[in-house]
Amino acid sequence: MTANTYQLTAKEKRFIGLHFIFAIAAISIGGLFGPFQAMEHAGWDFYTKFLNPIFHSYYEGLTLHGVLNALIWTTFFITGFMTFLVIYGLKRPLRYFWLNQIGWWTMVVGLVTAAIPILLNEASVLYTFYPPMKAHWAFYVGVTLVVVGSWIEGWGFYLTYMKWRKENPKTRTPLIAFMALITMVMWQIATLGAAAELLVDLIPWSLGLRAGLDPQLDRTYFWWTGHPLVYFWLLPAYISWYAFLPRQAGGKLFSDSLARFSFWLFLLLSVPVGFHHQYVDPGVPSGWKMVHSLLTYSVFFPSMITAFTVVASLENAGRANGGKGLLGWIAKLPWNDPSVLAQLLAGILYFFGGIGGLINASYNVNLVVHNTAWVPGHFHLTVSTAVTLTFMGILYWMVPYLTGKKLWCKKCAVIQVWLWFIGMTIFSNAMHVVGLLGAPRRTPLGQAPYIPEEWAGHLFRVGLGGVILLFSLYLFVAVMVGSVLTKKQVEKEVEPPVADSLLDPQTTPRWLDHWAPWLIGAAILLIIAYGPQLIYQISTAQFTSPGFRVW
Amino acid sequence: MANKHESMHMDAYERTWMIVSILMLVVFFGAVTVAGLSFGVRVPDPVSRVNPNDLAASVTFAEPGLKEVAPKRYEAYIVAQTWSFNPREITVPVGSVIKFYVTSKDVQHGFKLQNTNVNMQIVPGQVSSLAVKFDKPGEYNFICTEYCGIGHAAMYGKVIVVP
Repeated sequence: MTANTYQLTAKEKRFIGLHFIFAIAAISIGGLFGPFQAMEHAGWDFYTKFLNPIFHSYYEGLTLHGVLNALIWTTFFITGFMTFLVIYGLKRPLRYFWLNQIGWWTMVVGLVTAAIPILLNEASVLYTFYPPMKAHWAFYVGVTLVVVGSWIEGWGFYLTYMKWRKENPKTRTPLIAFMALITMVMWQIATLGAAAELLVDLIPWSLGLRAGLDPQLDRTYFWWTGHPLVYFWLLPAYISWYAFLPRQAGGKLFSDSLARFSFWLFLLLSVPVGFHHQYVDPGVPSGWKMVHSLLTYSVFFPSMITAFTVVASLENAGRANGGKGLLGWIAKLPWNDPSVLAQLLAGILYFFGGIGGLINASYNVNLVVHNTAWVPGHFHLTVSTAVTLTFMGILYWMVPYLTGKKLWCKKCAVIQVWLWFIGMTIFSNAMHVVGLLGAPRRTPLGQAPYIPEEWAGHLFRVGLGGVILLFSLYLFVAVMVGSVLTKKQVEKEVEPPVADSLLDPQTTPRWLDHWAPWLIGAAILLIIAYGPQLIYQISTAQFTSPGFRVW
Repeated sequence: MANKHESMHMDAYERTWMIVSILMLVVFFGAVTVAGLSFGVRVPDPVSRVNPNDLAASVTFAEPGLKEVAPKRYEAYIVAQTWSFNPREITVPVGSVIKFYVTSKDVQHGFKLQNTNVNMQIVPGQVSSLAVKFDKPGEYNFICTEYCGIGHAAMYGKVIVVP
C-alpha cells in the first residue's frame, strides 16, 4: 500500500505502555470489588466481616468498582490504544508529543485526586454521582481532570491528523486512524453534558459556592454523556474486530467502506439518545422519551452492520485456513490464540448484550427492567465482556509488541479467557433473571428484607459467577505482570496485525473521508433531540436541593 | 490511481441483512408504540413541581397517604426519604385503581411496585406519577430501586389488596 513504514519509537511505546499499566492497575483493584458484591448477593458478606474498616461499606466498594473499571480502566486503555492507532495508522509520529504528555499527566492527576476521597469514604456516590448526594469536591474535580486529560490527548491526535492530511492530500485516511479519530470526536461531543454538570453545577456546589441544584436537570446533563460513554468503550473494541481480528484469524476485512460508514453513523447517532436512560424520570415529557427511543433504535443499525462485516471477515479467514461447508470455517479459526479467542468469546456474549440493550431501549418495556439487577446483568455482557475481554485480547498481542518479550504462559491466557466467558455467562444470566423477578440494582441484596427465599438459587449463581471472574481477573493480571518481568524475548519482532481490506481502501467513496457534513449532521441532530428540552429544563429549573451525605 | 472506480461495494447478502435489520427495528418500534398508545403502558410524564425542603407547604404532600376520589379509585401521595416511604403501607380492595404521586424529601430514590408496570425515578423537586389497577388480591411491595445511602437496602413499603 504505502511505502512509508514508520515504526514506533521506544519512547512512543513506553508512553502507550504507561497508559496500559494504569489501566491494568485500575481493573486489578476495581475488579476486586465486583466479586465481593456478587458474593454479598449470595449471602457471603465480606464487607462487614473482613473489609471494614479499610473499606467502609458496600457502597464504597461499589463506587471503586464503577469508577476504576468503567471510567479509569476504559479511558486509560482507550487513550493508550488510540495513541498507537493514530501513530501506526498515519505512519508518522505525534505532531506535538508534549501535548499528549500533558494530557496524560492531567489524567493521572485527576485519577489521584478522585481516588483519595473515594478511599476515605468521602465520595461513596457511585460512578453516576447523582446529586443531591454530595461527595467531597476533590472527587468531582478529579473526574473532570480525567476527562479533560483525555480531551487534550485527543487534541494532540487532531493536530497530528491535520499535519498528515497536508502531507497526504489524496490518500484515504488509514482505517485504524480514521476510526480512532471519529471515536475521539464522538467522545468530545458526548462529554459536553458531563462537563456542564460538573463545571456549572457540581463543583461550585460542592465547594459551597452554590446553595442548591436541580437534580432533574443534572440527570439530563449526565445522560447526555452517559449513553455515548458506552460507545466510547465499545468503538475501540469494534476497531479491533474490524481492523485487527480478521488478520489475526488469517483473513481480510470484508468491507472497508461499510466499516467507515458505520463509524460515521456512530458519530451521528451515539449522543442524541440519552433520554432512553430517563424513561421513568418525572421531569421529561413522554414525547421526547419516544424521540430518543427512535434514535436509540437507529444507533442499533451500525452495530448490525458491524456484526455482518465482522462475521463475514471471520468466514473469509476460516475459509482461507481451509474451512469447508456452511459452518466448517468456524472450526478453522485460531481458537487457541488467546487474543483471537478473547475477541471471539467477547463477540458471542455481545450478541446477547445487544439483544438486552434493544430491550432496555424499548420505551415502555423499560418499565419492567429499569434500575433492576437486569441492568448490571446487561452491561456486564457489553462493557465488562464485549469491551473488557476484547481489551484483554488486544493486550495479549500488544504487550509483546510493546516490550519485545514473549507473552508469559500462553496457556494461562487461554484459560483466563474461558474463565471470563464462563463466569460472566453464569453471573449475567442470574442477574438478568433476578432483575426480571424485581430485584433492584445497586443494592446489597443479602441485607434486603423483601427478597423472597425462592431467589436463593439465582443469587447463589450470581456469587458463583463472581468467584470464577475473580480467578480470571487475577490470572489476567498474572499474565500481564509475568510478560513484563519475563526474560524471554520474542523470536522476531511482533508486527501489529492490521488487516488488509478485500478491496483497496482507495476505492472507498470520497464522501466517506469528509468530516464537515457528518459533524454538521451530528450538531443538527443534537439540537433537535436536546435543544427544546434543555431550554425548557434550564429555564424552569428550581435550584432547591442542598447536598446530602447519606452513607 | 485517479481512475479507480469509487463505490460502496455492497455485497448482496449484506444488503439483505441491512434491510432485515431496519425492518426488525421498525416492527419493534411499532410494537412499543401500540403498547403505549393502545394498551396504555405509559411512562411517567411531568405532573407538577414541589419544593423538597418545604413539603409541609405543599397541598398534596403535607399529609401523605391514600385518598379515595371515587369508589375504588384512589390517589396515593407518598413521600420518599432516607430510608423509608411515608406511608409504608396502603390497603385497598381488589379491583381498585391507584394513581401514585411520589416525591422525595432529600436525595433521589426509586419506586418500583413489584409485579406491575409501575416503575419510577423519584427526583427531589419533581412529582412522579403512574396509575395501576389491582385485579388480584395480595401484597405488592414497592421498593426503592435507586441507591439513596447506607440504609437503601431496607427501604420498601407495601400495597395490600384485600378481596
